[in-house]
Amino acid sequence: MWSEKEQQELDQILKKYPNKLSAVMPALYLAQREKNWLDDDDIEAVAGALDISVTHVHSIIGFYTLYRKEPVGKYMVQVCTDLPCALRGAEDFYHRLCERLGVGPGGGTTTDGLFTLEGVVCIAACDKAPCLQINLAYYESLTDEQIDQVIAGLRAGEQSP
Amino acid sequence: MTNEALKEHVLLRHRDIENIHDIEVYMANGGYEALKKAVTELGPANVTAEVRNAGLRGRGGAGFPAGVKWSFIPKDIFPKYVVVNADESEPGTFKDREIMEYNPHQFIEGVILCAFAVGAETAYIYGRGEFKGPFETVLQKALDDAYAKGFLGKKILGSEFSVDIHLHLGAGAYICGEETALLSSLEGILGQPRSRPPFPAVQGLYAKPTVINNVETLTNVPPIILHGADWYRQFGTEKSPGTKIFCLSGRVNRPGNYELPLGLPIRYLIDECGGGIIGGKAVKGILPAGASSTIMGADLIDTLLDYESMAAAGAMLGSASFIILDETVDAVWAAEKNVKFFKHESCGKCSPCREGTHWLAGVYQKLREGRGTKHDVEMLNTIVDQMEGNCFCLLGEFVVPGVRSSLKLFRDEYEALADEANEVARPEQNLIQLHL
Repeated sequence: MWSEKEQQELDQILKKYPNKLSAVMPALYLAQREKNWLDDDDIEAVAGALDISVTHVHSIIGFYTLYRKEPVGKYMVQVCTDLPCALRGAEDFYHRLCERLGVGPGGGTTTDGLFTLEGVVCIAACDKAPCLQINLAYYESLTDEQIDQVIAGLRAGEQSP
Repeated sequence: MTNEALKEHVLLRHRDIENIHDIEVYMANGGYEALKKAVTELGPANVTAEVRNAGLRGRGGAGFPAGVKWSFIPKDIFPKYVVVNADESEPGTFKDREIMEYNPHQFIEGVILCAFAVGAETAYIYGRGEFKGPFETVLQKALDDAYAKGFLGKKILGSEFSVDIHLHLGAGAYICGEETALLSSLEGILGQPRSRPPFPAVQGLYAKPTVINNVETLTNVPPIILHGADWYRQFGTEKSPGTKIFCLSGRVNRPGNYELPLGLPIRYLIDECGGGIIGGKAVKGILPAGASSTIMGADLIDTLLDYESMAAAGAMLGSASFIILDETVDAVWAAEKNVKFFKHESCGKCSPCREGTHWLAGVYQKLREGRGTKHDVEMLNTIVDQMEGNCFCLLGEFVVPGVRSSLKLFRDEYEALADEANEVARPEQNLIQLHL
């Protein structure tokens, strides 16, 4: 399943560690990069490349929040609603965004399959609330209008940073 | 932009010097001079001694003296490792990210100096997964430039010293900020804490001697080596020397990072740096070390910002992540937010943390939904009493001080939620939902 480019990147990753097991996290990121989640083939490919069991790869995926075994939108929108951000209006900001994107109050994926919205815990941007990450790129000190523009831009095919 | 208490930044130098993330600009402003001094004049033992004499204490939260930690590394076991804890995940903490994004070379020079001091030839920087952006752009570029200049790689500055630095991203697990969990995560197994002893200095990464330091701690090292321990000790107090980055968030007018010499009052941070409370409201509570804080009441606002004074006031300086609550904040809501955070982030290894945080969250939910009784208020105390001293790692117990101090300071708000009508025996009333 690895493309030639991915195989080269994987080789570079493996050089950083004295054993293959240590490369499981970067290898999973690489396998997840194209479609934002991991299917059974991806998981087997990671296990195969690192000579580790599929079960172990599953345990790693289950332990961390940034690996996903279910399909999500092309853009993963993660809004911080933790205490420091909530003290500056982040919960209301998140609920309004859920409403405008037409997903339930607890987040979810838009009908066009482009955006998956999720409330998350601290992302280390507490002084710039409301803040969020789209595919792990930071967007900070946001107003409703600003995030709507960003979303509209991504819908129109603009590249996320 | 500095403040009156500090004319020139020691750590956040990008605020004084434009484009210091550029290696040429950094070098034009004394960058990598400390490394040259260390390699050509001082030697490893003197580097460790200088850091120890400077009294630099770990800035990740524990406050352990960095130079002492380095001196624990055995001389005769190879290889040795340096691992940087850049898993900045405590709610309210955002200082390491600013250092890495805007002043990356000073941080990297600190990592190289640490490796030189302990004799490590490999260093890993373990960042939280959410730092993908800064890691793949700024930090990787800074490393590439440092290699190109010969500050990294083989035979650095013509000496026998060689070191490589690798970047490694976590994937969203607060527990990996616990140093032994971080090591496990880096080794490719579940990021859960290990028992100590053996301590990482003896058997750390791949069971080899390992120094683990926080980003801010290591960023202090180049100026200490370049200017000396005496220069460094002009800042701060005798027992808490140096400057520290304070992360200020919550209900203040100007949240942000502020670098201050240790030892100023909390009031200075809130009023002079943060511009006071939004709308001129009164301070209700201060969380000085993020979600894991003992909440300090407004009466403690003149406590001095150093490790000893904070401990004497019954709190901890920790990572100096100040979340400010004002009089409009619902204390029970705030405590519940943090409890939910710890419930979400429990690694599941030990039952006091795994079960305790779930029960706490359940009781908080019951109270806030108006189904609670006075017995539930007491139950919160009972749960944290049973957690304390029984969790496998320190992070498991981080939920305890917040709940306990919230109950102590704002007991009336909890009791106002406890309804006598709920005392009537209605079994369904007492159900606590467990979200397992």
